[in-house]
Amino acid sequence: MDATPTDTGEALARPAGWRGVAADWSSDQRAFKNVSWGKAMMWIFLLSDTFIFSCFLISYMTVRMSTTVPWPNPSEVFALTIGGTSVPLILIAIMTFVLISSSGTMAMAVNFGYRRDRVKTAALMLMTAAFGATFVGMQAFEWTKLIHEGVRPWENPWGAAQFGAAFFMITGFHGTHVTIGVIFLLVIARKVWRGDFDQEKQGFFTSRKGRYEIVEITGLYWHFVDLVWVFIFALFYLW
Amino acid sequence: MVTVLQARTRGMTLMRMPLTVWGIFTATVMALLAFPALFVGAVMMLLDRLLGTSFFMPSLVEMGQHLQHSGGSPILFQHLFWFFGHPEVYIVALPAFGIVSDLISTHARRNIFGYRMMVWAIVAIGALSFVVWAHHMYVSGMNPYFGFFFATTTLIIAIPTAIKVYNWLLTLWHGDIHLTVPMLFALAFIVTFLNGGLTGLFLGNVVVDVPLSDTMFVVAHFHMVMGVAPIMVIFGGIYHWYPKITGRMLNEALGRFHFWVTFLGAYAVFFPMHYLGLLGMPRRYPEIGETSFVPDSAATLNAFISVAALAVGFAQMVFLFNLIWSLSRGRQAGGNPWNATTLEWQTPETPPGHGNWGKELPVVYRWAYDYSVPGAERDFVPQNQPPARRATWEAAP
Repeated sequence: MDATPTDTGEALARPAGWRGVAADWSSDQRAFKNVSWGKAMMWIFLLSDTFIFSCFLISYMTVRMSTTVPWPNPSEVFALTIGGTSVPLILIAIMTFVLISSSGTMAMAVNFGYRRDRVKTAALMLMTAAFGATFVGMQAFEWTKLIHEGVRPWENPWGAAQFGAAFFMITGFHGTHVTIGVIFLLVIARKVWRGDFDQEKQGFFTSRKGRYEIVEITGLYWHFVDLVWVFIFALFYLW
Repeated sequence: MVTVLQARTRGMTLMRMPLTVWGIFTATVMALLAFPALFVGAVMMLLDRLLGTSFFMPSLVEMGQHLQHSGGSPILFQHLFWFFGHPEVYIVALPAFGIVSDLISTHARRNIFGYRMMVWAIVAIGALSFVVWAHHMYVSGMNPYFGFFFATTTLIIAIPTAIKVYNWLLTLWHGDIHLTVPMLFALAFIVTFLNGGLTGLFLGNVVVDVPLSDTMFVVAHFHMVMGVAPIMVIFGGIYHWYPKITGRMLNEALGRFHFWVTFLGAYAVFFPMHYLGLLGMPRRYPEIGETSFVPDSAATLNAFISVAALAVGFAQMVFLFNLIWSLSRGRQAGGNPWNATTLEWQTPETPPGHGNWGKELPVVYRWAYDYSVPGAERDFVPQNQPPARRATWEAAP
């Protein structure tokens, strides 16, 4: 960076209150101080992705409300028979529990990342990835079960055809996000394990030095995917 | 977007940015939020086509065959499409608004009038454009009560837009107007945009829109406001920045020819369509045939429109020729042929080398519109020119 001081005139007094906030925000070089471009770009991507999932969910709700054929009852459709009794939503409850737990391990990984604890960070990220993979596995089981029962994108035995269409589309998109997250976690966990961020090794694509911040950026994505699931759970399964 | 937010040079505060950058920045934010709706609509349509789902497809009979679809909602597709489609209009228009502000200010040698209001108007238009989409759907069969809401928001968006038009005019007022090719295109933009904007007020009202819907009037409105107007700015921008990109000026005479044929030709194409629309001529018909309400003379007007369109198309060939010819034969431009203030004109090399600035990044000391500053040496002060030292102006008499 350029170290020579620049004569920019007298310093202005810092305005108080909201004017100060506005002045900080609109000042030169950076709107968000101490935020790297990588983190800013992840936030921006997540903002856009929020709109994608919102559109999916709102479309699903519109379709559900406007269809003339009754909507299948999710409590019955997503029930498992365990020991002779039918337990509603049991699989979904376990899946939700697993995914929420993975957010916990992710948060711990971020914490240990900033303490530069290489081993614990990598281990917790691997644990998060394992939870994610378990989630996707259970989702695959759920899909298989429903397909065996005759649910298709264009029809199902219980009611409105849009049930299967919306189910496969929305859980499919979310499952894809989780899968990508698992891959993302594994890639970064490997780098943490190797000690890339301790030796400031240069990256493959940009040849910039990697930093532990990438653990937090991965975490942002992971928590987002979790949060989306909460909405899918509430609006698709509980409604 | 991240570049504007996080990677500005020293001294470049948000309120010193050229309006071009403000327009592009706001448009990128909008693109980020509007394209998801298009994406989702496209995915659902693809599933309807490929997997046999029925998101958008109701029960249909086609060629005597009952299709396999049932229970879908075609209006849902329209909502998704227009939730993208209306912001998209402004994604195209806002960069044009920004660019035209800079063209007018530079070529009229005057600071932009009401800079802060111009910035806020861009931001306000960007935000409001997300709550006006269903004004495209008054006749779609949606709940008629929606119409009232969307007509209101549509008319509200006219306020920041009108602020911008007034500010462009007030920038020109008492300016030292150079009728260069970029300036001609900028003026043409104001005229065309005003025309298209005013017919937008007609169509924004439900009662006026219902009879005019799906007529040539809509085609006229759309092309005036979003088709022709931003293209005028794009041409103006190309004539303005070509010298910086290539180091040579575009040929002035060919440019003027291109401008007049394009501007007058575009008007000849789209202006008569207002009249055709009021007659009740529907759009998207290759041949109207005999009707009780469209007179035969409308066909003459249609033929006239076709000839004018061919002329406009020809003028674009001249423009393309100019682009190529001037690359090697154009007059040498120098670094700052328009005496403009913004940073791109202050680069050490023209065309700018890799990284634009060489070793040292520029430092910004002032806004982008210091034209004709009283007491300044020249009629423009570049953004990276440091303020006069106190000692020197204290010493001055």
